[in-house]
Amino acid sequence: MKKKIIAVFLLIIQLYIIHKNWFSRDRFWNTLDVKFATVFSVLIICFLLMVIFKADKFNLFAGNDLAQKTWKEFNKSTGGKIAAIILLIIIYIAFMAPFISPYSPTAIDYSNMTYAAPSWAHWFGTDDFGRDILARVFYGARMALGVGFAAVFVNAILGVSLGLISGYYGGKVDLIVMRLVEIWNSIPFILLALAIISALGKGMLNIIIAVGVTGLINFARVTRSVVLQIKEKEYVQAAKALGSSDFRILTKHVLPNSISSLIVLGTLRIGISILIVAGLSFLGLGVQPPAASWGTMLKRGQEFLIMAPWMSIFPGLAIIITVLSFNLLGDALRDALDPRQLD
Amino acid sequence: MFAYIIKRLLWMIPVLIGVSLILFGIMQLVPGDPATIMLGTKATPETVEALNKKFGFNKPFYIRYFLLVKNFLTGELDSIYYHAKVIDIIGQRLHATIELGVLSLLISVVIAIPTGVIAAVKRNSIFDLISMFFATIGISVPSFFTGLILIYLFSVFFKVFPSSGYGGPIWTWQGLEHIILPAFALSTVMIASTSRLTRSAMLEIMKEDYLVTARSKGVAEKLVILKHAFRNALIPIITNIGNQVAMMFGGAILIETVFAWPGVGRLAVKAVQYRDQPLVFGSILILSFIYVVVNLLVDLLYVFINPRISYD
Repeated sequence: MKKKIIAVFLLIIQLYIIHKNWFSRDRFWNTLDVKFATVFSVLIICFLLMVIFKADKFNLFAGNDLAQKTWKEFNKSTGGKIAAIILLIIIYIAFMAPFISPYSPTAIDYSNMTYAAPSWAHWFGTDDFGRDILARVFYGARMALGVGFAAVFVNAILGVSLGLISGYYGGKVDLIVMRLVEIWNSIPFILLALAIISALGKGMLNIIIAVGVTGLINFARVTRSVVLQIKEKEYVQAAKALGSSDFRILTKHVLPNSISSLIVLGTLRIGISILIVAGLSFLGLGVQPPAASWGTMLKRGQEFLIMAPWMSIFPGLAIIITVLSFNLLGDALRDALDPRQLD
Repeated sequence: MFAYIIKRLLWMIPVLIGVSLILFGIMQLVPGDPATIMLGTKATPETVEALNKKFGFNKPFYIRYFLLVKNFLTGELDSIYYHAKVIDIIGQRLHATIELGVLSLLISVVIAIPTGVIAAVKRNSIFDLISMFFATIGISVPSFFTGLILIYLFSVFFKVFPSSGYGGPIWTWQGLEHIILPAFALSTVMIASTSRLTRSAMLEIMKEDYLVTARSKGVAEKLVILKHAFRNALIPIITNIGNQVAMMFGGAILIETVFAWPGVGRLAVKAVQYRDQPLVFGSILILSFIYVVVNLLVDLLYVFINPRISYD
């Protein structure tokens, strides 16, 4: 019952936002980000309607002991729950930024040219161009999450394949790959990212490549250690005896066993990636202005630190809250997904 | 143990060759003719030809690599932007980076380990809750943001420390004044993560039977904690410090930029911004070298802390 009341409440808010944007402000299908927001809000409405009318369909975990236990375990940690809710809100903001931000993030307001302090009209104040900081923080969320997720995705794909290969084939392959990883690891990863950016040039795509390539080591190590444990198990031997191909054994037996550690690692890595991307953007090497990203906002904020501290405080807080949520969620997932608990 | 140290020292050679190979490989991704890029505005057919000969740009890659490293070590590699030898530019800035790094390492160890030990011994006390609350937040705060906050508080608001620049060697008052804010900003992440890890390592050890034995023998509680528990908890703590040093190198780049600290990290950032490839190669190679040495020292520390570990 409680769930349904919350869902109805959220539905009303969502309908109000849509009404405002589609009909009053005439934003429905004009630009790419508005299209995204429209599709996303339709999906949310469908989801909320499902929750209200067919709540029992959402009992996904019925009949799966492990999932139920994980869910119960996860519910125990307050930090994890709060972090999950905050992250949902941040993801919502990231998708809905064009619908909910009060101003455009790049609209220059000449009447506020000299960084206005936070007020009712501009909750977080404005920057040196009179751009609304709240809107820029909202748009920065999509940049941070987008780049963070993309970088970790690249990480995971490369790292997992490397770990699978080196763990499964063992012997010389393993030795060579692990020695290479050790050497790769001897360059502090932000320096490696720096070197890659210096070769490829600045910009968003290059930063995804740079952070994506540098972080693969953790994924490779975790996957390899799981593979080494699983490889000797009877069912893998049995599958081998039955004539399964290496590819099949890796994808059907080994990968599912490493998925829980990978989820935890991935969650923690997103937080770290957001920190690195913010850092590189702060150095002027990542996302380029005028696009709103938290790192570039802080770079600008430092120049106006004495006169306009709010230019640094709000994007900084946004980074802290996002990264903290990913860290707390990762810790909670680690406790909940502990593979030994079903024994 | 002596053999182990020699072995570790020898292993540094392939690591450094590998690191320079990786950096060399990344440099190959730069589009355009390397000799023309390196000469910039001074490029004439003759100078391009001379540089092609010096770096062997038209030779196979292993000769190019060999010539690059040789020229770097003998100081023949020139920076594009600074018009000076790469090795000299780095040499002038190295001590500032080392001063900053060593001081922040000391600050974090001195603050984090006692905090973690006390938090573990007085579990669930107010001290434990407050310190772990801050430690959890601390690992999520970007170091450059801490730097900005410290500048705002201590340079703008209270006006006690200068906001940026290098004041001189650390033992002079001027130098100390300038280094305090960047060192603290750099150490926050390490303080947070090390104190969290110290606490959990101590809690893990304190469940062990031998502590009960020691207590029942009548060993003083102080000795039990320090000698029996803490000494064993040190192994994971030192591993973590070794890992954190890598994070600190990342932070150092940002912190040196925030505080206009004349170190190698800021030099590397400038080199990337000016697309000064020789300088990027040199500065990142040197920073990686320091990192490798630090990790070697951390590994050697294990031997002294835990004589049970055998190396073969």
